[in-house]
Amino acid sequence: MNTTANQAVVLSAHGLIKRFGGITATNNVTLDLRQGARHALIGPNGAGKTTLINLLTGVLEPTEGRITLDGQDITRLAPHQRVRRGMVRTFQINQLFDSFTPLETLAMVVSQQQGLGGKWWQPLGARKAVTERCGRLLEQFHLTSVMHQQTKVLAYGKRRLLEIAIALACEPRVLLLDEPVAGVPAGEREELLQTVAALPADVSVLLIEHDMDLVFSFATRMTVLVNGTVLTEGDPDEIANDPRVKAVYLGHGEETAHV
Amino acid sequence: MKTNVELMHAGRWRVWEPLLWLVAFALPLLMPSHALIINEVAIVALFAVSLDLVLGYTGIVSLGHAAFFGMGAYVAALFAKLVMPDPVVGLLAGIAVASVLGAVCSLTILRGTDLTRLMVTLGVALILLELANKLDWLTGGADGLQGVTMGPLLGRFEFDLYGRTAAWYSMTVLLVFFVLARRLVFSPFGATLKAIRDNRLRAMAIGIPVSARLSVIYTIAAGVAGAAGALLAQTSGFASLDVFEFHRSADVMLILVVGGVGWLYGGVAGAIVFKLMQDWLSSITPQYWTFWIGLFLVVLVMVGRERLLRPWTWFGKKS
Repeated sequence: MNTTANQAVVLSAHGLIKRFGGITATNNVTLDLRQGARHALIGPNGAGKTTLINLLTGVLEPTEGRITLDGQDITRLAPHQRVRRGMVRTFQINQLFDSFTPLETLAMVVSQQQGLGGKWWQPLGARKAVTERCGRLLEQFHLTSVMHQQTKVLAYGKRRLLEIAIALACEPRVLLLDEPVAGVPAGEREELLQTVAALPADVSVLLIEHDMDLVFSFATRMTVLVNGTVLTEGDPDEIANDPRVKAVYLGHGEETAHV
Repeated sequence: MKTNVELMHAGRWRVWEPLLWLVAFALPLLMPSHALIINEVAIVALFAVSLDLVLGYTGIVSLGHAAFFGMGAYVAALFAKLVMPDPVVGLLAGIAVASVLGAVCSLTILRGTDLTRLMVTLGVALILLELANKLDWLTGGADGLQGVTMGPLLGRFEFDLYGRTAAWYSMTVLLVFFVLARRLVFSPFGATLKAIRDNRLRAMAIGIPVSARLSVIYTIAAGVAGAAGALLAQTSGFASLDVFEFHRSADVMLILVVGGVGWLYGGVAGAIVFKLMQDWLSSITPQYWTFWIGLFLVVLVMVGRERLLRPWTWFGKKS
């Protein structure tokens, strides 16, 4: 089952601690993400999953601990510098560019990714490499039909797809997905699940998700976070059969039932 | 490829645009008696284009944009007085110094909320106003910098009393910066600015160096505002504390609101409407014209520009 066990560690957190005043949101978390991993991070609400993502991506600075990417310490790097090194995230709540169309959004992101973000003389989309990649991304994320509509007016499912397409446009090597199917209505879920399943195999993915169907169909490795600490880590079978996990998490019917 | 064409289309010149500029450049000939106000409108339009780059395209609010306008004005005036009277070199000097000031001030607008930015930008303009007032050995203090005489433009065209040369000079500078700004806002760089305006958090999360971008555009905008200030000092042969005053910063923001933010012609259209209205109202009612300007602004903002321009929608059913 666990095909990535022998792969090199790409992203690594060592003893991460984050305190907000008297509250310890992340307590001594150590986590390794291997090359090509499909790693899920689960835990009840308030377990500190999003805080951990914010620490990894540099939105928050850890109180203690170290983060390495490809063996290099990135603990103090700014968010955009981590992106340049190949670590990209999506957001639980869509973070889009509302005045852009999906096409413009992706053209902007791809231009930035290809090192053209500082160019001010050529029009956006003057480079073939940019527009071709945009075309492929729009296709891949089922956004071609709405590529000229303003992002503000898109249906929620399409906005969710764009949210992930933006991250993929950054050509990540490490992708952190924060609840990708959260709030997506049933009719629009299938497209989204397909795109998540079809993520490039060489991209290492850390998935935060409440939807247990998605977690168990997607992940080959799982970490359970409770009250800011790692309760256990293992493959899906181990996690599913771990009585402690059942007690704190899977046992709560309302947590597993919600879609 | 189709997407290519679609994207490029956004930044293309429309047919009416060159015509519009041709008409604008013909105006000093068609209405020679109005050359002075044409000159003023061009200067204010340039100032508004500058503010639009930071406010409309990048989402940085500022109540102190006059800081750069005033700096450009004083530098151009002093340059003519102390160094050499050539207008173009003086203009470049004004732009250069205003840009440096912008680069330094950009450090103050990187962090904080909109309210912080409003206060900080306002504060910087007030500091410069007071400096210009205090350093009277250099700036002439409250009396202003008198006796600025400009040489002929490009060594050939004397500034005439009717302001025709001035109008063409200002319009040319406006056109040059307009074309450059237009290039910029439709470029990948411009797109990253709009991304920062729309969603700063996500802009960071896709690898845009937000602080660096803000610094660069603030510096550029300061340079453009400095150019507008320099034009005013050069074409009026005078620089006074008025160029740093709060009403300059406020007026240029009103102009953008009137014309529309995030649209380069918004600054130009706003400048035309605002200046003409000011001119017209103050000739009808010299003492109370600000009342009417105020009323117009309140109506404009409450009703909305779109609806105001479409009177036939006023009495339809509400949607």
